[in-house]
Amino acid sequence: MAQNETAEVLIDCQSLWKIFGDRSGAAMAAVAERGLTKTQVLQEFDCVVGVAAANLQVRRGEIFCIMGLSGSGKSTLIRMLNRLIAPSAGRVLVKDRDLAALSATELRQMRARHIGMVFQSVALLPHRTVLENAAFGLEVQGLPKPERLRTAEAALRKVGLGDWMQRYPSELSGGMQQRVGLARAIAADPEIILMDEPFSALDPLIRRQLQDEFRQLTKDLGKSAVFITHDLEEAIRIGDRIAIMKDGAIIQVGTAEEIVLDPADGYVADFVAGISRLHLVKAHSVMVPVADFLKSFPGRDIAGLLTTGPEADIDALIGLTMHSDDGAIAVVADGSVVGVVTTRNLLLGVKGTPAVAPDTGIARRA
Amino acid sequence: MSFAALRFSPGAVLAPFVDWLNANAHPLFAAISAVCEAVLNVIQGALLWPPALALIALVAAATLLSMGLRLAILAALSLGFCLIMGLWKESMETIALVTVAVALAVAIAFPLGVLASRRKSVEAVLRPILDIMQTVPPWVYLIPVVMIFSLGRVPALIATVVYGIPPMLRLTTLAFKQVPKDLLELGQAIGAPPRDILLKIELPAAKPTLLVGLNQCILLSLAMVVLAGLVGSGGLGGEVTRGLSRMEMGLGLRAGLAIVSVAVLLDRLTRGALQRGRRRPR
Repeated sequence: MAQNETAEVLIDCQSLWKIFGDRSGAAMAAVAERGLTKTQVLQEFDCVVGVAAANLQVRRGEIFCIMGLSGSGKSTLIRMLNRLIAPSAGRVLVKDRDLAALSATELRQMRARHIGMVFQSVALLPHRTVLENAAFGLEVQGLPKPERLRTAEAALRKVGLGDWMQRYPSELSGGMQQRVGLARAIAADPEIILMDEPFSALDPLIRRQLQDEFRQLTKDLGKSAVFITHDLEEAIRIGDRIAIMKDGAIIQVGTAEEIVLDPADGYVADFVAGISRLHLVKAHSVMVPVADFLKSFPGRDIAGLLTTGPEADIDALIGLTMHSDDGAIAVVADGSVVGVVTTRNLLLGVKGTPAVAPDTGIARRA
Repeated sequence: MSFAALRFSPGAVLAPFVDWLNANAHPLFAAISAVCEAVLNVIQGALLWPPALALIALVAAATLLSMGLRLAILAALSLGFCLIMGLWKESMETIALVTVAVALAVAIAFPLGVLASRRKSVEAVLRPILDIMQTVPPWVYLIPVVMIFSLGRVPALIATVVYGIPPMLRLTTLAFKQVPKDLLELGQAIGAPPRDILLKIELPAAKPTLLVGLNQCILLSLAMVVLAGLVGSGGLGGEVTRGLSRMEMGLGLRAGLAIVSVAVLLDRLTRGALQRGRRRPR
């Protein structure tokens, strides 16, 4: 899941704040001058801090998940990315353009052409057919009818609704309705898709299916996405990188593996405690260097070990271990052995602690 | 200080104002009068020009094609009833008056209602005015209207418009406030211009409630047109007034039943027309 760190930054949030309330302006000024906490702002100004000092960058081709419980400010944050909500302070740059500096028309064009959005409530127009709903974004852009219907048809086929185009939304199941929402977003061919808890209201089986399909589709089309969820497992399934929000602040950003192996604080640690490591933790995180291995097991023949790649997950490593005589597996990258995974390393990996050199007991960060 | 000195007489304030209007703005009112009369004459003329049976057949055929058999039968029956009651001309006069009054009331109430749904301040100003408009007995505002426009169809029309505005306005505001927030957010998020948000998202979502408003507007206008028989509106209202003043039970009853028949016709036809061509699942 390693992201290309050099890919173009599509969305750049710079110390973004949102304070709700009648006196939000004064509250924001006080926060800037005196650095009030969330509770102080509520007491002094009767204002609620929705998002506090959020920084994040979304790069081209990346699926960026924002995970947080209800009230953590994630819905407010995603609405500031297309300026459905105007921030109290800070800047949002989309494709290097400051949203606050755009005129009303420019902002509409930005939303229409570059930022699609999918809602938890789906927001389909009940009096229009599935096809007309999928074409709605193009319709308000002023595309001629045959062209927009053709594009919408193609989008509906991509989400597997080719046979349902003439139906009305109320005739569709919840999962299918959300596919229409997704088709409507991709029909406009935006570079960025904002997903506001799109699958939260669906039952677990359908949700999983849609998660996998969404990830595949986004990657196939080369889109970038910001995906809001309150479900860490969903974030891990879908996201290339995950930001964890609490009380309006982003407390950790990283890949799923980074967050699970190295939680920033107790709050994140509690969250990741129940997450299965089997497919998350990779060989390069649990292996020990060859030298350390040889120190503990002098004279072992590295060349005789079974081998695997650094991206093999714990599940695969356990499978390999079953076939090895001595429970040690060599990790090979670019033709040379970069480390060794022992059964102990595997057990620690399942537990979620970083790799420990067998004899020294010193933790080695992934 | 005696209590009598505190007495307030609105008439003492309003009467000079109305007098002043009569003296200084007469050309304006004359022009309004002339336009209203002309429009009424055109519609009334169009309704009365063909033979009654031909018009009934025409309406029934048009209804059959656009809204189906049931409504077509209903239209033919209600118009036929007016004819056999011997009140065809009066019925057409009333329909013309209601049509123009409703069109004017909607033209005024709809934009104000939309505005009130968007701005709290507008709603705060409008609400007490609407309350007054609806609770003051309608005869009371017939008085200044007659003072300005004198007797006839025009004061009847204007009083009817005033009476028809509140239900339409209130229900328009309600209808637009009830539009789901997520649909409005969708419109914003896909970059729809305000015009498209209004016409393609809000209006369809508000339609059922707007329809209720239109129905109320039509039925209340019809009631008012009948009352306005007192100031010489003519039509079925004139017949009811005649029946009352002469204590002719038969005439009053005939005119009353014809009014019911016209009310049913207008109500069902507007409902049918607005639902036409729209399959509304759920």
